[in-house]
Amino acid sequence: MNPVLYLAQRGTALILAVAVTIHLITIIYAIRGGLTAGEILARTHGNRWFLSFYLIFVLAAAIHAPIGLRSILREWAKWRTRSLDMAMLAFSALLLVLGVRAALAVYLA
Amino acid sequence: MIRNPHLKPGFLAAMLHRLSGIALAIFLPMHFIALGTALGGADSFQSFLGATHNAFVRVAEWGLVTALGLHMALGLRVLAMEFFAVRERSAIVVSACVACSLTVGLLFLLNGMV
Amino acid sequence: MNVHARTEKTGSHPADAMTVKVWRGDRVGEFQTFEVPRRENQTVLDVVTEIQRSQDATLSYRFACRVGMCGSCAMVVNGRPRWTCRTRIDQLEQGTIQLEPLRNLPIVKDLAVDMAPFFEKWRSAHGYFEPGENPPEDFAVVAPDSTERQAADAGIECINCGICYSACDVVSWNEDYLGPAALNRAWTLVNDVRDRGQDARLQAVSGDAGCHSCHSHMSCTEFCPKAISPTFSIAGLKRATSARVWKRWR
Repeated sequence: MNPVLYLAQRGTALILAVAVTIHLITIIYAIRGGLTAGEILARTHGNRWFLSFYLIFVLAAAIHAPIGLRSILREWAKWRTRSLDMAMLAFSALLLVLGVRAALAVYLA
Repeated sequence: MIRNPHLKPGFLAAMLHRLSGIALAIFLPMHFIALGTALGGADSFQSFLGATHNAFVRVAEWGLVTALGLHMALGLRVLAMEFFAVRERSAIVVSACVACSLTVGLLFLLNGMV
Repeated sequence: MNVHARTEKTGSHPADAMTVKVWRGDRVGEFQTFEVPRRENQTVLDVVTEIQRSQDATLSYRFACRVGMCGSCAMVVNGRPRWTCRTRIDQLEQGTIQLEPLRNLPIVKDLAVDMAPFFEKWRSAHGYFEPGENPPEDFAVVAPDSTERQAADAGIECINCGICYSACDVVSWNEDYLGPAALNRAWTLVNDVRDRGQDARLQAVSGDAGCHSCHSHMSCTEFCPKAISPTFSIAGLKRATSARVWKRWR
């Protein structure tokens, strides 16, 4: 942890707070009466606003989660070496790749 | 279980925040993979969704929605203390965060049943 | 109160005695059980003193002022770090009393710990005043009601008793973590307008060992006998170190 990582985590936390609120409201509204794939995709298909929203969401999560996990692994798993930072970068990349793929999937489908 | 000096609002808030964060970190990649099945078209996405329409998954989904609400509510408390210099020491705010998260979870459950 | 009387084992009223388990040894050791008579206005310090003077002279423990000013008598009583001279027996829960040395510090013997790591971290956090190369010729004028002075005053009463350090989970989990006392002192100095070592101090309190590792458990604030809130001081350090990064970046 250092001031830059700290600001990155807290900054993305604020972005995520907005994104999560929107996402939760959308989900709870959307699942009323059940939810089919067709219904979900009908909303997201070709929708640039949804795509932009999800891409920002994914990027913020990909920064926020690994920094938090790093502290937990350092403190509880006693993982102190440089390999932890590498593992967290890898996790970040994983979230980014899977997340962008998911956002594109519901945009293009 | 939890030693006496640890049964304090600040510690419980930190533990709930940390544990919900871990749950979300584990869940998020799976969520992305599930959504990614839409690349195979609506049918493969639908069949995936169909496979998940059972009570066990419903409970897990409720747990994750609640975890998300909990992590955010408690996170906002931390941000208030760190950036807005809020001097909060009571159990009231922590209880309020937990209550709001459970409400969100309940809304999720109830809406899915209508 | 006659602390030199031997414990009345035969013919005593059991209701007037209490069971006390005391840690003996260092990292390796065990609890030893004593029976101590109840007396009026008794504090835990009175109990430990009675044990050492009349039952087992080999027991090691610390105290000095015995009136809640020096912090020397800090130890863990029934799981909570506190000053034994300020802990009345009738304040404690019923049942066996358990006494242990402060957590997170090397045990010298029995109830006495080595405070050296605590003070080393104090230095590492730059918990000392830095006058700079050209100290002013005249007294500095610092308004007591200025924001900085009020922030400093809120944390200035620390007497380094080590209770917050003992209570802190992050100190247990992260051996490099400077701890609440050192960081609290650093914050009071960050708010000292006369100090010339701010940049180095903010550097010192950043990072894995520094303020960014505080997760706001607030155990320090909960147990501080001087009613200081290191949690909020550390939050101040988080703001100050962030502002420093922001300024450099702009």
